[in-house]
Amino acid sequence: MTDTQTATATAPPSPAQTDRPEDPTVRSFLRNFVRADSATGVGFLQVVVGLAAIWTIFGLLNPNFLSATNLTNLSLQIVAVAALGMGVVLVLLLGEIDLSIGSVSGLGATALAALNVKLGVPPLLAIGAALLGGALIGLIQGLIVAGFGVPSFVVTLGGLIGWQGLQLFIFDFTGAMNVSDPVLLGLTNTFFPPWVGWLLLLAALGIRAVFVLRVRRRRAKAGLVNVKPWVEVVRFAISAAVPAAVIVMFVQDRGIPLAVLIVVGLVLLMDFIARRTLFGRRIYAVGGDAQAAGRVGIDVRRITVYVFMLSGTFAALGGVLSASRLQSVTQGAGSGGILLDAIAAVVIGGTSLFGGRGSLWSALLGALVIGSISNGMDLLALASPVKLMITGAVLITAVIFDASVRRKQAR
Amino acid sequence: MTEPLVSFRHVSKSYGAVRALDDASFSIDAGEVVALVGDNGAGKSTLVKVMSGTVVPDTAEILFEGKPVRIHHPNDATALGIATVYQDLALCNNLDVVANLFLGHERSQGSVLDEVDMERETSDLLAELAIRPRSLRVPIGSLSGGQRQSVAIARSLLGKPRMVILDEPTAALGLAQKQQVLDLIKRLQGRGLAVVLISHNLAEVFEVSDRIEVLRLGSNVASYPCDVEHHDDVVAAITGSRLVSARTS
Repeated sequence: MTDTQTATATAPPSPAQTDRPEDPTVRSFLRNFVRADSATGVGFLQVVVGLAAIWTIFGLLNPNFLSATNLTNLSLQIVAVAALGMGVVLVLLLGEIDLSIGSVSGLGATALAALNVKLGVPPLLAIGAALLGGALIGLIQGLIVAGFGVPSFVVTLGGLIGWQGLQLFIFDFTGAMNVSDPVLLGLTNTFFPPWVGWLLLLAALGIRAVFVLRVRRRRAKAGLVNVKPWVEVVRFAISAAVPAAVIVMFVQDRGIPLAVLIVVGLVLLMDFIARRTLFGRRIYAVGGDAQAAGRVGIDVRRITVYVFMLSGTFAALGGVLSASRLQSVTQGAGSGGILLDAIAAVVIGGTSLFGGRGSLWSALLGALVIGSISNGMDLLALASPVKLMITGAVLITAVIFDASVRRKQAR
Repeated sequence: MTEPLVSFRHVSKSYGAVRALDDASFSIDAGEVVALVGDNGAGKSTLVKVMSGTVVPDTAEILFEGKPVRIHHPNDATALGIATVYQDLALCNNLDVVANLFLGHERSQGSVLDEVDMERETSDLLAELAIRPRSLRVPIGSLSGGQRQSVAIARSLLGKPRMVILDEPTAALGLAQKQQVLDLIKRLQGRGLAVVLISHNLAEVFEVSDRIEVLRLGSNVASYPCDVEHHDDVVAAITGSRLVSARTS
């Protein structure tokens, strides 16, 4: 399901209609892997190469790094950042920024714990309330951004400070809270046996195969060029092999983590919404050129408000996942580096800071890069000044890459 | 003489003390290319905005196929079949040709985009207009200015308009790309569309239009059939000084 868009994206019109006909398969297929050529395909190759390099280095320095146990730990360490990252991707696609997500995640975790631990609200209801609270915060911030035309940077900076204040206010009554509810802890401590992973993978591949075949048949019927079957097969094989390898890795340790399934499922869902629905197309349009989007009748304000609501919801989800993994919520929840980690992850993953270009997968891939660096340096027992400097250098490299791609596109 | 497709009569519009349009008039037939020329501030833009419904005139009498109509909103103009391509094109450079062509009017099944349908229609329409981008699936920002202009014009045709208003379509283009757009204008004419061309460039006005309407200080001052022998007259009408134009040209 990950790159079905490229099935259509790589096929130019029939050669008779082009000035400079391109090989409709091989070159554009390779190009889409390498270059950030379309708004939705961000060229994952550099991220994957970067990740492979990071893993090789840490693997050589400490053999434990590539062990199934550590990679499973790594996966659980990144789920919160990846959840926040999904909101960041959407907001960045719109050409805006949300600096409040760290505070909102902390407030979400606080609300969850206060409701469940102090007030005895059932766990699923408490989760729902935390997510709803995040959406409400997003609604308020989105309305201010869209309604008053205040830069989102300022509005959400106010949010960063204000929501943290509300979090501390709640702590005045509760003090630090230990999460002990089995359902809440189970979010990040449940591991499924192998067959669950294989079954889900088979189902996903089946859906994808049906989808690809249907599109190919429709394109052929409409007289449009299809990519060569072998290209489709290679793509399909990649989309089967990568998750299969991940499953094999997970089953050597504790099993398939529920939290990873949740996050990957949400990435798949949001990726589909972003690339294949009217709503998603309009996000890209507003981020590409808000004025042009408004001119053709797109309701820019409405889209802006919805995206900020999604961003708030994903931030609260990140807070819930953090609370589950850390088994406690303190006053400092959400106030550390999680905001910057999430934004850095998304940018490293290839989503542009300048709006209109990016993919939901950059939240997951970027979180994996940031998480690997952090995890690897922890294993090597590096001092935190060194960790900060290295993380900063990786981020700057990614932004330089982004800026140069953008310049190339603006020819 | 048959009824013109659209005619605007006694159009006046004031912004405070400034009379942008003063009893101006304009009419056009199907299959006709009419150039609207005039110096800056002559009222071209205001007249275009009246035609496209973004400005409501103080007074106006509008006949569409002989029947009186009102254009008080861009949707009124669209409903009549009047499409406008603005100078700034309103394209999203990050999106591909197909997405831009259908921007804001995407085809969908439920809320899921129907890419196949949109791509087929794009490919048909562009082939018909002899527009040949190197791929329909590259971001439009990577295409040449002439091709972007062509796509913007093609987009205005999706609503099956009867009349297309082109606001300075060649202003920012190089020579070869200008020619692409001028050829496209002729093809629009060949499809039986009424084309209103706003331009500062008299050379291209004389190349593609059937008739030239000159606005000056908000009123029509002259109307010439398109013939190069009227070139000096057009210049004189634009500047409002026969003597000066005779000397300079």
